[in-house]
Amino acid sequence: MSLDATYTKEIPLVEGGVSFKDIDQVIIEPTNTKPTKGWWIAFLMSLTALTIGGVSLGLTIYYGIGMWGNNQPVGWAFGIINFVFWIGIGHAGTLISAILYLFRQKWRTGIARFAEAMTIFAVMTAGIFPIVHTGRPWLAGYLLPLPNMNGVWVNFYSPLLWDVFAVSTYFTISFLFWGIGLIPDLATMRDRTTSKIKKTIYSVLSLGWTNSNRNWSNYERAYLILAGISTPLVLSVHSIVSFDFAVSVIPGWHTTIFPPYFVAGAIFSGFGMVSTILIIVRKIFNLQHIITINHLETMNKILLATGMMVGYAYGMEFFIAWYSGNTFEQFVFINRAFGPYAWSYWIMVSCNVIFPQLFWFKKIRRSIPITMVLVLLVNVGMWFERFVIIVTSLHRDFLPSSWAMFTPTLTDLGLLLGSFGFFFTFLLLFLKTLPLVSISEVKAVMEGAQPTVHPHPHSNGKHNSH
Amino acid sequence: MIKNLINKIKEFDTAEDKERRSSKLYGKAALYNTPNQITEAAAVVAGSGYKKFDVYTPYPLHGMDTAMGMGAPKIGYVSFILGITGTSLALLMMIWMSTIDYPNIIGGKPFFGLPAGIPITFESTVLLCGIATVLGLLVLFSKMPKLNSPLNDTDFMKHVTSDKYGLVIEADDEKYIESDVLKLFADTKAYEVQDIYFRESNLTTKTPLFDKKFTGAIIGTAILTAVVSYFTLNYVLYDVVPFDWMRQQGRIDSQSKSDFFPNKSGMREPVTGTVARGFMPYEYAGMPDSAVKLLANPVPVTKKSLERGQDRYNIYCSPCHGYFGDGDGRMRDQFPKPPSLHTEKAKNWKDGNFFHVMTNGQNVMPSYAEQVSKDDRWAIVNYIRALQRAKDAGETDLEKAK
Repeated sequence: MSLDATYTKEIPLVEGGVSFKDIDQVIIEPTNTKPTKGWWIAFLMSLTALTIGGVSLGLTIYYGIGMWGNNQPVGWAFGIINFVFWIGIGHAGTLISAILYLFRQKWRTGIARFAEAMTIFAVMTAGIFPIVHTGRPWLAGYLLPLPNMNGVWVNFYSPLLWDVFAVSTYFTISFLFWGIGLIPDLATMRDRTTSKIKKTIYSVLSLGWTNSNRNWSNYERAYLILAGISTPLVLSVHSIVSFDFAVSVIPGWHTTIFPPYFVAGAIFSGFGMVSTILIIVRKIFNLQHIITINHLETMNKILLATGMMVGYAYGMEFFIAWYSGNTFEQFVFINRAFGPYAWSYWIMVSCNVIFPQLFWFKKIRRSIPITMVLVLLVNVGMWFERFVIIVTSLHRDFLPSSWAMFTPTLTDLGLLLGSFGFFFTFLLLFLKTLPLVSISEVKAVMEGAQPTVHPHPHSNGKHNSH
Repeated sequence: MIKNLINKIKEFDTAEDKERRSSKLYGKAALYNTPNQITEAAAVVAGSGYKKFDVYTPYPLHGMDTAMGMGAPKIGYVSFILGITGTSLALLMMIWMSTIDYPNIIGGKPFFGLPAGIPITFESTVLLCGIATVLGLLVLFSKMPKLNSPLNDTDFMKHVTSDKYGLVIEADDEKYIESDVLKLFADTKAYEVQDIYFRESNLTTKTPLFDKKFTGAIIGTAILTAVVSYFTLNYVLYDVVPFDWMRQQGRIDSQSKSDFFPNKSGMREPVTGTVARGFMPYEYAGMPDSAVKLLANPVPVTKKSLERGQDRYNIYCSPCHGYFGDGDGRMRDQFPKPPSLHTEKAKNWKDGNFFHVMTNGQNVMPSYAEQVSKDDRWAIVNYIRALQRAKDAGETDLEKAK
């Protein structure tokens, strides 16, 4: 399947064929124009959410996590739900930029840069929660194996420590991947801007990149290597996040299906978020020619596939609970589906498994309003998946006398809202400052962009092309 | 005022920015229209024996490496070596920390377990490999940052970062002859040829790393930052929460006041009738006669029990009684002197008598039952016997020992 033709059909044609200058123009334009009204409204909304989140965070840090609804036995709640949710959102970015790159899926070029940026902002958002959850975020340095006055080191048997390594590595590698992808584009922007200040900024950020083929050669190989290491990395990150649960002995958490189940869920939720935002972004920034309906359709297919993987995991968990003969396990699962939190369980199942089945129909896959509704539901459903896993497994633990319900406080809700504010503030700033589609990658997959002759070095006249 | 400032910024922003170029030629640049032309041109240039030339394209062209006669990119070696380094560093770090430097038993598992070490090993491998790949690409292979490359800020560069394909042959190539190069460009259908001159700064300034001012500024900043952070953290913020390394905590220390409890005592008293674990009441309290009569030493005289007795004696008894039981301990002059343990009276005491004094106390000597366990008290008795015998040694003892 090649969607290259789409670019050539829908990009406005200049005489003689497709113009690379149009690509430059379309992609760079949002960074050169004043923000539109829509952008300002969106930005103010995220800033408001960010402020609410900031106040909630300040309260949490000042008074401690007693401000949250966490109790005994529900010791993990919104903090960890939000952490897992946002880390999961990030996974789609790496999947699009690395895994689809390895599979030579050219259609990824239109959405890869944006998805990578989303990864970075999502991981930043996610990183806030476990650090605040420690209760003394200013002592977060003890999470790392650093020499300290007690002489003792971190516990290498703890999945929470693996998390520290996994998430920080994931952020670093995603950032580098995104960063080297930006360099050639920044060089292009440097050479197209008329503003001296902007030119200085782009020059410094592009590090003086010259598009030299001797550099491209290593650049492409480096990109391949980064894609190659990011692929197992992204799988490892959510596997390790799932170890936080699976390595414990809580019924409902202690299962071997967790790593693949979490990875599939992460990709599912990430694609949901990519689609949600892209549908709006391509409209606002007039990128319908580069981020086409075909992209959205392909992403919907992936949503359908990963949604069913997640559905399989839901079913398999129930099967294993019954098949294992473990009464505690059986109780947890019956309690999930029919206990006091049954409503959250059925929100999860319907949003993640039942509604995405509509994507079997081509008409629905290609209908933007319906897609929008369905991907929003996916976002909701995936947040509730983490809610179900964490809260329903904890709230009725081994000792019935300590059973309790979890009720989020205003601070909890403020932090949840604030996490969206944080994410979208960064995202909106990104959309107005950097090219949200990779200029050089899109050019490289256009029709007629690659040479049809492949000569070896020869002196003039003696042609030996083949 | 602000308007003025804005105007000035605007003026600066739109001002013509042309760095002066020297008259020294960097190279000749040709521009091409299509990917096929540039690929052919590159093959011809490489085939004609030029070494210092490069192709500039808006995106990587497939097959260009072959056309230019370049080998395979070498960056993979950097990634591989640093990746392996990451693997080994992570493993060595974990093994050293958890088995050598501070072994800690966690859940009854081995100090270091490979399965639990896999995630961190993997993440470190990826981290080092990724950073090495990017730094290798930028610094080692692309020689970046190269903001002052003669090619930047030229009309040529503006074309090749957008929609044209360029080729530059450097003037200091061995085979560089102007007429030949121009002919070659014309033969390969270049639509435009440009001269690229060095910047004046290229000819005068060296790498900033070797510039004394630059390096000095960097080192100076580093030292200043280190000193300021050191004094801020260790002196200015020393007692300020949360920078005090948790020295101030919300807990109630033992024997301190607390307004929380009605009796203002921070410590809680045990419930009436509480008995400590392992506590056995002493049945001869205040009854020395019965103790002497009924108590028998259950600890046999062995080397081990004597050493244990010596150890406990030196800790608990020697401060008053002295190391050899002469009553000249380190507490003399500050505390009433105890009688010597070598008097006839003491020598004739039964074991039970000593035990009773240690357990029950006598005159100013308090009970040591809390500090010294029952068996240890008997071991001390054995040791006192050994001391008495040692002080009482006669001339014939040596003979007997033989």
